[in-house]
Amino acid sequence: MAELKLKNQNKSYMEATVATETNGKTWSGGNNKPLGASYGKMMMWFFILSDALTFSGFLAAYGLMRFKFIESWPIADEVFTHFPFLHGVHAPMYYVALMTFILIFSSVTMVLAVDAGHQMKKGKVTFYMLLTIIGGLIFLGSQAWEWKNFIGGSYGAVQLNDGKIVQFVDASGHQVTLESFVTSEHSERVQNTRDKGLWFVEEAALPPFSVKEVIDGFNAHPELTIRTELINPETKTKTIIPRENAMSYLNETNIVVKGANLKVNEYGNTLFADFFFFITGFHGFHVLSGVIINIIIFFNVILGTYEKRKSYEMVEKVGLYWHFVDLVWVFVFTFFYLV
Amino acid sequence: MAHAQEHKSHTGLIWKVFIILSVITIVEVILGIIKPEVLHLTKVLGTSPLNIIFLVLTLVKAYYITWFFMHMADETKSLRRAVVWTAIFLIIYLATLLLIEGSYINDVLAPLVKWNY
Repeated sequence: MAELKLKNQNKSYMEATVATETNGKTWSGGNNKPLGASYGKMMMWFFILSDALTFSGFLAAYGLMRFKFIESWPIADEVFTHFPFLHGVHAPMYYVALMTFILIFSSVTMVLAVDAGHQMKKGKVTFYMLLTIIGGLIFLGSQAWEWKNFIGGSYGAVQLNDGKIVQFVDASGHQVTLESFVTSEHSERVQNTRDKGLWFVEEAALPPFSVKEVIDGFNAHPELTIRTELINPETKTKTIIPRENAMSYLNETNIVVKGANLKVNEYGNTLFADFFFFITGFHGFHVLSGVIINIIIFFNVILGTYEKRKSYEMVEKVGLYWHFVDLVWVFVFTFFYLV
Repeated sequence: MAHAQEHKSHTGLIWKVFIILSVITIVEVILGIIKPEVLHLTKVLGTSPLNIIFLVLTLVKAYYITWFFMHMADETKSLRRAVVWTAIFLIIYLATLLLIEGSYINDVLAPLVKWNY
């Protein structure tokens, strides 16, 4: 008798649950929730865990290469010095700090959307989701601008035959641009593009100056000297070579470098540029997919999908992904710009 | 199910966490720009005290984002441990090995690199 009663209770319990869930199966939103989380949310957590390990792998590889070349690694403060509308002003860190704030703020609007979803306030969820999407787009634009500056370069340098980068400094030890001391002799040499010669032959963009022009310019300006990538451990600055020894370095010059790409980097070790492009690019791709997913969910919110479902848990799940993207940026910020 | 609890708004807590994250970021940026010599040029535990400060502040930020923005604090203890401890253990393991190897390669390689011409 008691058993029967229990059975009936269970039955009515099950019926009550089934009415609000999609169906009764264990793995599709049933009442049986492992670890107290819904299937989708738990799987989002484990996806985030695996993605976090992927990013750790990249950052740890960056650490390996940085420790390998610890005595000559580029100094981030000297690489990322641009700020919008401040031309020629040395502004380290400010721009990336701004980017960090943009991403943290879009995280705040996302969590406010999740919070509004818990209270079933459709209007508020819509508004905060929209702000989050805008924040994500601004971040992507900022990153594109950061890449543009890094690819374009700031001062220019020369690369020696063994791959080392040599930069030019004035008497006070500050870097000077190639343009400030090199005069172009306007040679006939132009970039070979497909429309000029054979249709299947082309070459990369030419550096702004030839090696000979740079060395002539250096000889014509006695106040200049050079510095190498080697870091002086006492002061944590790059080593400046006295002018009388400079020519023995410059005689080894292979190419003139402006900016950074996957093959050469005016700021120093090419691996720095490789890891920068790869890790910030991979992160930026996560931001892009986050924005796209947010847009899809944003339209679902507007259409009332979650109002009908009586649960805004989907907003919570994309929110998890969005916060994870912010979390990764916190680490990228530390390892590329601070440490 | 904690229905009554879930419907309560947490906006106060959210803004508080935002302020904490902002203050930490501002401190990091100021330290990164000034680089006080006593923190930057001295050495503790194989690196500069400044780097250790940055790492600790980063982990504090990661904690606030995970616990309060991702609501890890509201998950069950078993889910929390399954995600957090797995990540912490594997990341420390990987980073330790790779950084030790990197230092070792540097010990062997650096004396062979020519810096005088």
